[in-house]
Amino acid sequence: MDWELILKVYPYFLEAAWVTIQLSVLTVALGLVCGALGAAARLSRFALLRFLGAAYVSVIRGTPALIQLFLLYFGGPQIGIQLDAFEAGVIGLGINIGAYMTETMRGAIISVDRGQGEAARTLGLSQFQAFRKVVLPQALRLMIRPLGVNINAQIKGTALVAAISVVELTYTAQRYIGSTYKPFEMFMLSGLLYMAIIYATGKGITYLDSRVRLQ
Amino acid sequence: MGLDFSVVPGWLDTILLGGLWTIAITLSAAVLSFVGGILFAVIALYAPWIVRQPFRLFAWLFMGTPLLLQLFLIYFGLIQIGINLPAFVAGVIGLGLHFAVYNSELIQTAIVAVDKGQMEAARTLGLSRSQALRKVVVPQAVRDVIPPIGNNMIALLKDSALVSVIGVGELTLSAQLAIGRTYRPFEFYLVAAVCYYIINLGMEAVLRRIERRTALSR
Amino acid sequence: MTDPQHFVEIRHAQKSYGKFEVLKDISLTVERGQIVAIIGPSGSGKSTLLRAINDLDPLTGGEIWLDGVQVNKKLPHRQYEKHINAMRQHVGMVFQHFNLFPHLTVRENVTMAPKLLKGISEDEANKLAEEQLNHVGMIERIDYYPSQLSGGQKQRVAIARALAMRPKLMLFDEATSALDPELVEEVNQVMKTLAEEHMTMIIVTHEMDFAASVCDRVLFMDQGVVVEEGPPEKVFRNPDQERTREFLRKHLEGAK
Repeated sequence: MDWELILKVYPYFLEAAWVTIQLSVLTVALGLVCGALGAAARLSRFALLRFLGAAYVSVIRGTPALIQLFLLYFGGPQIGIQLDAFEAGVIGLGINIGAYMTETMRGAIISVDRGQGEAARTLGLSQFQAFRKVVLPQALRLMIRPLGVNINAQIKGTALVAAISVVELTYTAQRYIGSTYKPFEMFMLSGLLYMAIIYATGKGITYLDSRVRLQ
Repeated sequence: MGLDFSVVPGWLDTILLGGLWTIAITLSAAVLSFVGGILFAVIALYAPWIVRQPFRLFAWLFMGTPLLLQLFLIYFGLIQIGINLPAFVAGVIGLGLHFAVYNSELIQTAIVAVDKGQMEAARTLGLSRSQALRKVVVPQAVRDVIPPIGNNMIALLKDSALVSVIGVGELTLSAQLAIGRTYRPFEFYLVAAVCYYIINLGMEAVLRRIERRTALSR
Repeated sequence: MTDPQHFVEIRHAQKSYGKFEVLKDISLTVERGQIVAIIGPSGSGKSTLLRAINDLDPLTGGEIWLDGVQVNKKLPHRQYEKHINAMRQHVGMVFQHFNLFPHLTVRENVTMAPKLLKGISEDEANKLAEEQLNHVGMIERIDYYPSQLSGGQKQRVAIARALAMRPKLMLFDEATSALDPELVEEVNQVMKTLAEEHMTMIIVTHEMDFAASVCDRVLFMDQGVVVEEGPPEKVFRNPDQERTREFLRKHLEGAK
């Protein structure tokens, strides 16, 4: 272990970790929006919306995130979409994780709706009232943990933007591996930072989960 | 610039060859991740402390870091210690190990969940503990997790695109090759996406079949 | 200690979990070809005693001898494992919840241990499976999976699986307790057949009628001790001990 080297380069890794955090926050935020819209579409009364929701999930989950990212970043200009690498990363990965979150949210809503929705309807609530007042609040609690799994995956997923040269953790590690020939040290340094981010996020999700469970 | 798909047919054989390499790397890595997953699960649960603890640390590192980073470590790390593997082999090892760790987590949970009466029944017939694990407990655990392991294999197919960055000539790299010559990224990435989607559908169909086949024995 | 005079000899068996004593100084002998039933309320230690005989729940004190060999003799760990695996091949066990291997067919359930431990050929194994499944009337289901069988059928296969190792002694741990009432009889029939063939059996059971009809001897256990022991006519009709009478009366009420 070359500690001297680690001490010399770690500030650059900290900077890169900050970019990874920004990417994680923004992609997750966009993912949650896409997920909510996707779930709403998949559970809609309208066949067309259901079809569009299903197509979104199937196409995004059926192809590599890397290809989606390349298509947006390199192919975008051909159809009039000009984005810098960071923007493309956020939008591409956000849309990607949104498809997985769609299924998570849909699963939670369906599992609550089975018993609780019917019970609420028998009390005379309209379908919309039953959804808003009974199903949704419970489903939101139910989806925190599985969304946490999606978010955990997405933090690691942000590494893909290294392939379009966004200077985040994996890109930085790759660059220093190339210039120092110390792959193990660079892996450990960036790896520990990833795990710190994931650990902190995990704690946050567990806290949130325990809070809503008390209510 | 607009879109022009007329350049695609000339590159179709390159793309299809890349698709075959993607299938080859996915299947090789899937086999490695399956066998490795069983092995890792047994190590994590039953190996002596001195083996188990370092192994758990390794698993924890692999679960907490991006695949792309691991690929860089394996590819450049092996070169550093003097092992110059072909990119394909390094890619299979990287993908295979990464998913072996995830499969191992599933299998460990399933092994622990196998009813303890199964071990007892095997032991009363005279089987040793390791025979009972090998013949009774582990096969059941593996069968129980076939659906989630199948999902991991689908994820593996999509993550196989990442090995293009260490120079494995699979589907993604083939598309990039065509793009380098034609400057038509949208068209070729779209074609690559369609190829992945088709392979994905094929894999899902095969996995559903395996699930149905093994349903009775669960 | 003197050499054992009996086929099965349990001497001063003692078992405790921490301070809690499950078995308190139990001694018992069984002759070759005898059938012994152990009855008693739940928590009396009867299952623990049965499971101690093939070392599933090792004793904390006392000795168990089977056919002149001590089951729980003191040996270094590795040797003990070898010894106990060899012993268990001679002792068949049938569980309340069948414990069939769900990932194997009926045939494979029966042949797995003989193939692995006795190294018999595929042909011999198939012959063995057919013979044993004929014995319990399950030959038609030879290529089914356990999930396709009823509880009674599962238990008959479990008996065939144990018999395929050609055991000297069969242990039944409440073999019919988990079955629907209408399925109990088919399993009892198989056990009766074994009795007619003079298989040595120790049976933990709740079924007094069955115990009375097949057993040579009945043990009534309560709170870790053998309260009363004797031929079934005596124990069931005219017990000496008040605790036995009490148990039988409660049990009779429960059955009504």
